[in-house]
Amino acid sequence: MSTLTLSNVTYRYGAKLALDDVSFSLEKGRFCALLGPNGAGKSTLFSLLTRLLVTREGSITVAGHDLARAPRAALAKIGVVFQQQTLDLDMTVMQNLRYFAALQGLSGKAAQRNIDAALDRLQMRERSGEKARSLNGGHRRRMEIARALIHAPQVLMLDEPTVGLDTASRQAITAHVHDLADSGLLVFWATHLVDEIRADDDVVVLNKGRVLAHDTAANIAGGGALIDAFIRMTATQQEPA
Amino acid sequence: MAYLVALRAIVLREALRFVSQRSRFLAALVRPLVWLVVFAAGFRAALGLSIIPPYQTYITYEVYIVPGLCGMIQLFNGMQSSLSLVYDQEMGSMRLLLTSPLPRWWLLFCKLLAGVAVSLLQVYVFLAIAAGFGITLPVWGYVFAFPVLILTGLMLGALGLLISSTIKQLENFAGVMNFVIFPMFFMSSALYPLWKMAESSPLLRDICAVNPFTHAVELLRFAMYGQLNITALIWVALAFICFMAASLYGYDPARGMGRKGPRP
Repeated sequence: MSTLTLSNVTYRYGAKLALDDVSFSLEKGRFCALLGPNGAGKSTLFSLLTRLLVTREGSITVAGHDLARAPRAALAKIGVVFQQQTLDLDMTVMQNLRYFAALQGLSGKAAQRNIDAALDRLQMRERSGEKARSLNGGHRRRMEIARALIHAPQVLMLDEPTVGLDTASRQAITAHVHDLADSGLLVFWATHLVDEIRADDDVVVLNKGRVLAHDTAANIAGGGALIDAFIRMTATQQEPA
Repeated sequence: MAYLVALRAIVLREALRFVSQRSRFLAALVRPLVWLVVFAAGFRAALGLSIIPPYQTYITYEVYIVPGLCGMIQLFNGMQSSLSLVYDQEMGSMRLLLTSPLPRWWLLFCKLLAGVAVSLLQVYVFLAIAAGFGITLPVWGYVFAFPVLILTGLMLGALGLLISSTIKQLENFAGVMNFVIFPMFFMSSALYPLWKMAESSPLLRDICAVNPFTHAVELLRFAMYGQLNITALIWVALAFICFMAASLYGYDPARGMGRKGPRP
């Protein structure tokens, strides 16, 4: 059974079509990049997957739970890292993590155990007493990823998480998240940066609200560079001015 | 259980934030104290108050406006909490809250209760300082006021929540502060009794009489003197239900949090 399935998902902002009949399914243990230019509908898709938006057209299933019919069970299986940073900068790393654990209904020893495990996985344990404000951009991101893993989700979704980071931080975070996928998590990573994607990663190419391709990066690249294939694909979609 | 865990975390976070913002705490206290000590002192000579319920003796103007000022603290606090909600929406932490698996109405209700907890703290510190100036309530009044303050705090907080669900930018908010806080406060029984208002304008009196803030103040005023004002209670409860229902509608994901399009 697929961990994340979208069937015929369509979304409109008023009359404007933002997503048009989007369907794909993803398996656990995979790193899947959602690749698309700005305005392709990535953020809308993310809002739908995290139930910040709801559509009546199409269905989304997370780990067997329908997001519309059993939203709480489905959301409990999702860890999210938003594009905007969502840390409370005046609280310590640990306070931020405890707050999030509580929002997931976790407290006491169980929460602490999960927090410690998540911090260890991202090698952030020794920074847990620091104020979030004192962390640099890369570490803040890393902490947000650790936070998204506290409730042991099956899907980790990240919306352009490396925006605004320097190259070293970007590479470190991309590598970390690939490791997470190797450990059995489904990672769904929205980006417009092709160099964050490895050859055997899954890629869903989204443009103007439609899925243009869903395959491994190597197959989409077709022997050439992924960036060229991506540009070719999205350029042929451009309507004449 | 998970509900209570989330409630505690949300209230604690709000309280922590409030305490760490010392200037906000001071501003919240100085505002009503200026009214009480400066405005009321000047105004008492101009305004004669007869004996009206719930008072059984002549009272000074300072005593009259204490419930109104407690209401003002909660009104400001409700708006301030919703200001922080607008900020949270812009900064993304609202997203974090709303993607929690707990039901959305509960999460928003927790936010409201957190705001109420902060306002209770402010009100009782204010009452303590007022007592220091010799403006006191009957001893039981402090106790009876407590449940009422929770209800009025919820009502005013829900109004703030409703406003935050319709406003997407912080800049718009300053206008709303002026168009909501000042009319609500001045067109109420906080500063002058309604019969006094009727002397100058019956229309104004009627407007004041439907203002839910008037009823919040009256409910509080009666409770402080050990009495229950049923009419005010019904008004406040109804207003709370309406504001809460409307804000839940405003935060309904099927409506996309009221957003017209994807964020830029």
